[in-house]
Amino acid sequence: MRLPRIALGAVGVAGTVAIAELVTRTGLVDRDFVPPASTVLVRAAKLAGDGEYLTQVTATLRVWGGGLLLATVTAVVVGLVLSATPWLNNAARVVVELLRPIPSLALIPLALISFSSPAQSKMSLVFYAATWPILINLLYALRDVDPVAKETLRSFGFGRLSVLLRVSLPSAAPFVATGVRIAASVGLVVVVSTELMAGAGEGVGGFLMESQSGGGHPDLMLAGAVWAGGLGLLANFLLVGLERRAFRWHTARAGDLE
Amino acid sequence: MLQINELSHSYGDHTVLRTMDLRVGEGELVSIVGPSGCGKSTLLRCIAGLIRPTSGEVLLNGTPIDGVPDDLAVVFQDYSRSLLPWLTVRDNVALPLRRRGGSRAERRSAAEGALKEVGLADAGRKYPWQLSGGMQQRVSIARALAYRPSLLLMDEPFGSVDAQTREDLEDLVLQVHQAEGMTILLVTHDIDESVYVGDRVVVLGRNPGRIRAELPIELPTPREQITTRSDPGFVRLRAEVGRLVRGAAASGDPDDSDAEPPGTKTVSATTQDDATPDDTTPDDTTPDDTTPDDTTPDDATSPGGTADGAGVEGAVSGARGGKG
Repeated sequence: MRLPRIALGAVGVAGTVAIAELVTRTGLVDRDFVPPASTVLVRAAKLAGDGEYLTQVTATLRVWGGGLLLATVTAVVVGLVLSATPWLNNAARVVVELLRPIPSLALIPLALISFSSPAQSKMSLVFYAATWPILINLLYALRDVDPVAKETLRSFGFGRLSVLLRVSLPSAAPFVATGVRIAASVGLVVVVSTELMAGAGEGVGGFLMESQSGGGHPDLMLAGAVWAGGLGLLANFLLVGLERRAFRWHTARAGDLE
Repeated sequence: MLQINELSHSYGDHTVLRTMDLRVGEGELVSIVGPSGCGKSTLLRCIAGLIRPTSGEVLLNGTPIDGVPDDLAVVFQDYSRSLLPWLTVRDNVALPLRRRGGSRAERRSAAEGALKEVGLADAGRKYPWQLSGGMQQRVSIARALAYRPSLLLMDEPFGSVDAQTREDLEDLVLQVHQAEGMTILLVTHDIDESVYVGDRVVVLGRNPGRIRAELPIELPTPREQITTRSDPGFVRLRAEVGRLVRGAAASGDPDDSDAEPPGTKTVSATTQDDATPDDTTPDDTTPDDTTPDDTTPDDATSPGGTADGAGVEGAVSGARGGKG
């Protein structure tokens, strides 16, 4: 069941590459602006052996992962507190809905002047962007926790905090994980964009920026973009794998209902 | 051991329970039966300390219940929602024991013991959703047993399992009651079940919920599905409880407590369905030939909604008489 899906995914990638290759080789697109896919891929592969480039990738990963972790912890704590105190939840609702739609990219200038180190400003932006999907998912999941499960624990004399930690949080956990997965891709976009704009030459974005200076190397730039996409894909694979392992009970039960 | 004094409960303007008095002795197994909307579940939640009654009090061993008592366990109807899917069967059973203290090993062995008692010795490492419905409800019962409560409340525990499993679980409750000697309050809408399981049957009427009758069940023990159910005593008691339940369903204000719109006439719908041209002689002795389920208001728009209670009751009996 899973193997054909992976095979299909590979076919999709190969097909896309083939089309991109064809479009440039036939001269449909000017090769000086968009190099053939094979050239880009070879470039991208060579980057894997480039120590300097890998340092940049590590810098991006560090900021990305740190911001994501910080966002997850914060969202879970805030979500639990909000759901445990209904009045606070109501008071916060408008604020959440007001802050959530602000694009993180609009905050880049603010973050850049607020923090002295670029890493800090990037991480704070990832944190901001990543918190919302996790928090919103958690709040909705907590609202839908099965009342029978909660009542069962209450009937055994468990207090409110115990019920929150033993029933509500575990049953919301799969939704938090989904939130983290969404937040991861949003976070990557934010890091790379900030690196592009900050122009400090740091990270994957900084590399992309530099590859365009001095006449420009479109093949190098596209190779960098392939890397960014690859990182996102890898993160998604990892997180889906973790979800499958940790929340087998969730998928098994959901399957039951269908 | 359990004493309920003038218990009343309302949700807003709607009175669900009115001045209910009930005494349950140590080690007794009392079935509470009544039509839907008679406040059975509300009563049970008041006893469990999950909701605070509007007035009146519940005493457990002489102490008024304020919050959830320590010595009590509840088995809910919805086993699949009551068990935690991320815990193994054994961990589910062991979870409430955290309230009792004791080491992890002690809790685990207590859980294994309780699982063995309900016939699930080998299921401890499985997850609840890997088991059948009947087995899941056994797990819920094991969880309650492991907790060693002096009072066990069961809220329509066998309402969502098939007939065969239901009988097995009824026998399990009897066996557990025999072995452990705890006091059990079993809420059901199944008339047969209430008589088969109970030492005493309490029949509730509705709108508002109140105690309509209490019947001691003097049937030979141990009970056995085939012989007990064919015992003339069982047949007589079953008919009597059935009549009381049916009367309770018909005579109350048909405005059901499940927030049915006013004017819902339960029985008039039934009358239409069941009336046959030859229902000439109203016969009050055979109104128990159906389960109380079919009196659940499901047709709020049926005509004839203005008939008063007494008239409706007569009409229903007439319809049933004609049918029988």
